[in-house]
Amino acid sequence: MKKLPVSKIQELFAAIRAQQTLYIPTDDASGQARYLPWQEGMELTHALNTVRSAKDFFFPQTENLVEFKLKGKEIEIIDSRTEQDDFVIFGVRACDARSFTILDKVFLIDPIDTYYKNRREHGTVVTLACTQPEETCFCTTFGIDPADPEGDAACWIAGDSLYLKARTEKGEKLLSALDNLLADADEGEIAAQQKATRDIAQKLPFAKLNLAGFNGENLNKLFDSKKWPELSEACLGCGTCTFVCPTCQCYDIRDFDTGHGVKRFRCWDSCMYSDFTLMAHGNSRNSQVERFRQRFMHKLVYFPANNEGEYGCVGCGRCLAKCPISMNIVKVAKALEGEVQ
Amino acid sequence: MQELMLAKAKELLQNGTVNRVLGWQAGEFVYDITPAVFESEQDLDAGFVYNEFCGNNLSKYLIKESRKEGKVLAFLKPCDTYSFNQLIKEHRIIRENVYVIGVPCEGKTDGETLKSKGVKGILGAKSEGDELIIDTLYGEQRLSKRDALTARCLTCKSKKHVVYDELLGEEGEEVPENHRFEEVEKLEAMTPDERFAFWRGELSRCIRCNACRNVCPACSCEKCVFDNPASGISQKAAADSFEENMFHIIRAFHVAGRCTDCGECSRVCPQNIPLHLLNRKFIKDIDAFYGEYQAGEDTESRAPLTNFTYDDVEPSIVYKGGKK
Ligand code: SF4
Ligand code: SF4
Ligand code: SF4
Ligand code: SF4
Repeated sequence: MKKLPVSKIQELFAAIRAQQTLYIPTDDASGQARYLPWQEGMELTHALNTVRSAKDFFFPQTENLVEFKLKGKEIEIIDSRTEQDDFVIFGVRACDARSFTILDKVFLIDPIDTYYKNRREHGTVVTLACTQPEETCFCTTFGIDPADPEGDAACWIAGDSLYLKARTEKGEKLLSALDNLLADADEGEIAAQQKATRDIAQKLPFAKLNLAGFNGENLNKLFDSKKWPELSEACLGCGTCTFVCPTCQCYDIRDFDTGHGVKRFRCWDSCMYSDFTLMAHGNSRNSQVERFRQRFMHKLVYFPANNEGEYGCVGCGRCLAKCPISMNIVKVAKALEGEVQ
Repeated sequence: MQELMLAKAKELLQNGTVNRVLGWQAGEFVYDITPAVFESEQDLDAGFVYNEFCGNNLSKYLIKESRKEGKVLAFLKPCDTYSFNQLIKEHRIIRENVYVIGVPCEGKTDGETLKSKGVKGILGAKSEGDELIIDTLYGEQRLSKRDALTARCLTCKSKKHVVYDELLGEEGEEVPENHRFEEVEKLEAMTPDERFAFWRGELSRCIRCNACRNVCPACSCEKCVFDNPASGISQKAAADSFEENMFHIIRAFHVAGRCTDCGECSRVCPQNIPLHLLNRKFIKDIDAFYGEYQAGEDTESRAPLTNFTYDDVEPSIVYKGGKK
């Protein structure tokens, strides 16, 4: 483990920036925390987490895939990909770091999504341990330790020091390039902070959230629950919950008619939308009840059934904070737990 | 007030005036209230709540609810009654199927507003005089109720109900000194370039979740053009940021003269985009060009933009930047 005085954090940022693009969570002009490319003087936000999740770095909301140009009777096919430079994302929370692992399970299995893979390979994730979780946080439900985040490298801000620890080869490489700024440190120095954070995590309102029984075996029971209409009754069918979610991964592929060709792009899609998975015969889920059920069944049942029990949620709490009608995965899980436990 | 409302709801359920109740349901925290339909006294006892966190405008749900079997009781706050009237005017709600009870409102707060004031880890809240005492993971915090108000409630236009079958509590007054156009005036004072930059900055944060549209009582089209794959402009995400901006401008035009300024769009935006400013600009201009008009105030009058009078402002005013 390494450390440097927090007062030198700008020097650290500058040193990283000298090698590659650096993104940090900062307050933008409107006062919201979001990732922006670091420039001299830009400071870390005091907010616990960014409003928008970090998934854009690897899975952007819109992305051009390929272009077709018509030349007489010939079609020219142009790969729209641009060269990806190396970049560092600093200050990712433990929940969001885990979301990358979940996205990997979708995009890096056969057939590999080369657009995603390209970004993932060029990105180095530096996480930052939490010290003041919000009441909406329930990462511990998914075995995530907010005091010991994953990532290529992890860091802690405790007292006057910033502690850093490499966890992967990429992390090692980053830290060794910064070696002249860093001093050696002992793991014991962050132990007190970690304990304090874990104590708070124990006291969070959803610390005891129990997802036992949400698995493939109970698929039909949960799918057929009589509770879905009531739960989804007030749902607006907006895409807020899916778009703020770091693990929602569905996308649509669309063609943009340029007048003399086609630009094929993909964009985030939402199971809450009426034209989600629209096919020639029409839509497979015609009511909001069915669409609503899809989102929660996917996260709590289908995903774990296909991924050795891993849920499609990391407990970041964004959907809890942002749903216009305050309906969310926790309320759904609590309402349905009686069916399976 | 909650007790009064509960008693009233039970009474009307019992005597058969209505067969269900549209209201607000308590959540896991103090602030995460969900609109809900209650069908029995047990349902009501289990979750019905009315307090300073019940901000959701319930009127839009009545489009669907009023088409169901039997009469529904709807509790409406003053601002909700404007939306209700407007939807009646547009023939979207079947009036006979709704029993409206007006409930008083002293202004609302919500979790996001408390957090924007630096409150972290909210576990509970109670009101005490002029203060909100908030129990948090990190100790007790106090906020004056005024400071806790949501932005839209700070510029509330009226605490008076424009429609009801029955009223609970005391009727409020209109608030003539509501200062709701002050922010618009600030925008008007900018140069066109500054204003353009302001809006591009704000709208660039949009994630096209459509929450603003879906919550909006004026956005009640059966099928929005943006949801129609055959329209050629249907999209979930824009091809470029200009298209993103256009979505909002088109929406603002479509609700112009029909927007009651209920403030739901800005309340729900996960990216905190001040969408209400677009609509307020229209409201302000309509007031200036066609005479004072408040959408939803009544169900009969002709709306300025769908009416013609000889005093109407000349279209050329558009070319002069809206200045007479
Ligand atoms: S659950 Fe909430 S955020 Fe998600 S679509 Fe429904 S209303 Fe929108
Ligand atoms: S479902 Fe909600 S809490 Fe879970 S990861 Fe998505 S946004 Fe976060
Ligand atoms: S969910 Fe956990 S990791 Fe994420 S911000 Fe909250 S405490 Fe930190
Ligand atoms: S609610 Fe906000 S983010 Fe969502 S579409 Fe509207 S303006 Fe965009």
